[in-house]
Amino acid sequence: MTISEIENQIVTEFSFFEDWMDKYNFIIEMGKSLPLIDNRFKTDQYLITGCQSQVWLYADYRDGKVVFTADSDAIITKGIVHLLIRVLSNQTPEDIIRSEMQFIDVIGLKEHLSPTRSNGLVSMIKQMKLYAMAYKIKS
Amino acid sequence: MAFPIDKIRKEFPVLHQMVYNRPLVYFDNAATTQKPQAVIDAIINYYSRDNCNIHRGVHFLSQRATEEFENTRKAVSSFINAPSSHEIIFTKGTTESINLVASSFGKRFISKGDEVIISGLEHHSNFVPWQILCNEKEATLKFIPVTPEGELDMDSFRKLVSKKTRIIAITHVSNVLGTILPVEEVIRYAHQFNIPVLVDGAQAVSHMAVDVQKLDCDFYCFSGHKMYAPMGIGVLYGKEKLLEEMPPYQLGGEMIKEVFFDHTTYNDLPYKFEAGTPNVEGVYGLKAAMNFIRETGIDNIYAWEEELLRYATWKLGDIEGVRLIGTARKKTSLISFLIGNIHPYDAGVIIDKMGIAVRTGHHCAMPLIELLKVPGTIRASFALYNTFEEIDRLAEAVIQVKQMFA
Repeated sequence: MTISEIENQIVTEFSFFEDWMDKYNFIIEMGKSLPLIDNRFKTDQYLITGCQSQVWLYADYRDGKVVFTADSDAIITKGIVHLLIRVLSNQTPEDIIRSEMQFIDVIGLKEHLSPTRSNGLVSMIKQMKLYAMAYKIKS
Repeated sequence: MAFPIDKIRKEFPVLHQMVYNRPLVYFDNAATTQKPQAVIDAIINYYSRDNCNIHRGVHFLSQRATEEFENTRKAVSSFINAPSSHEIIFTKGTTESINLVASSFGKRFISKGDEVIISGLEHHSNFVPWQILCNEKEATLKFIPVTPEGELDMDSFRKLVSKKTRIIAITHVSNVLGTILPVEEVIRYAHQFNIPVLVDGAQAVSHMAVDVQKLDCDFYCFSGHKMYAPMGIGVLYGKEKLLEEMPPYQLGGEMIKEVFFDHTTYNDLPYKFEAGTPNVEGVYGLKAAMNFIRETGIDNIYAWEEELLRYATWKLGDIEGVRLIGTARKKTSLISFLIGNIHPYDAGVIIDKMGIAVRTGHHCAMPLIELLKVPGTIRASFALYNTFEEIDRLAEAVIQVKQMFA
């Protein structure tokens, strides 16, 4: 699936939720099933520090596509990280660099990407694109 | 007399709004308090009636604003019972007050090999200025250890004091745990060796009576915005003798006496430390806030908030899995806690959705959080306008968090 197809899929999934609690229960579930980073990469080198919660992110390059794995100490952050990975993982570097990630706004999670949340998510998207750029140059 | 809570709440316009379809509960008072109408009116009054630059004009408006500005200085000195109003310096806030002392006192009195003592309970603003100063001067920064309850380890403190100690800087009340520190005891001990003590009063002044003569502290710092006054106005109280010996902090207008091409002479206290145009609207607001506190009665405020703390400690402590962080014997109305192993950020997101403003994270005291071995805390800090019903709402939210992350 392309990035925008996955984004649309997520938007559809979120449209079923009637209130914030259902939405957050879903995010928590997503958090629990995040494709976890291998423990040997859970080091400071792969750490994206936020003021409130932290994210570890690792990127691998397989058959022309970037594969992301991650972890966080907070489960809601993990859930949102999972959504970002669902959209951007297994995509080509070019597509990742071009992506605008508008679904976050549409499903009403924009507040989690505001600088005041300081949960590392904004830096995470930046880091994902940097990985894509690095792999693009390499290949 | 019963505390007039309904009347008080009416004074604060911000409180009367819905967030996420629920009435707002504001429990982030240790970060900043809301402002009563009288403070808002004072700012409006300044800009719609008195706005001008003070101290410099011979014209009518300047005289009126200057008079109000200097009257506020007197009001501040009586608010904290300072011996004289020229020992009151207006700053941007506690952070600037501490930076002023660290920089200016440091320049004059601290040199290589000297020691500065702070505590493990400090906010970054009473930590980093001393850390940087000590690095620059090749001095040593020492820390008074904290007990697991969140109190100062006084025995260790006495052992830390040495002939090399030049200043001790401690908070009056911990912004993370609410612990009221035994500052009087620290000061009495330090003064036996002629060591001056700076007290960070940011978390104290809105909760309890502060008497700088009784404390006998050498410096006392606080912010307006944590005591119902506007942002960007704060106070440094300093003993005249020390302030006289300290060089100016910033240079410019107002703080000079005479400027020649080859040298400058400095103005008298307090103006020596007030370079540039001050925050006049902030000073107007500060006066209104002090009036508001005086009219309500600081002892009444203390009693009401003590009840709130007791109720919250009981109500939250009664929920299975809730761990209270900081159980000092003497506390202000602040409660820091964790819910099971749930990350404070996760809890904060859900509590926010339930219309309650709390603070989560390290509260600008990362060394203390590291010491407590927690990922941060959830902090509910109360002010005079909070109610028991609001604490019930928080307890409901905590139970909701538990259910969602079970």
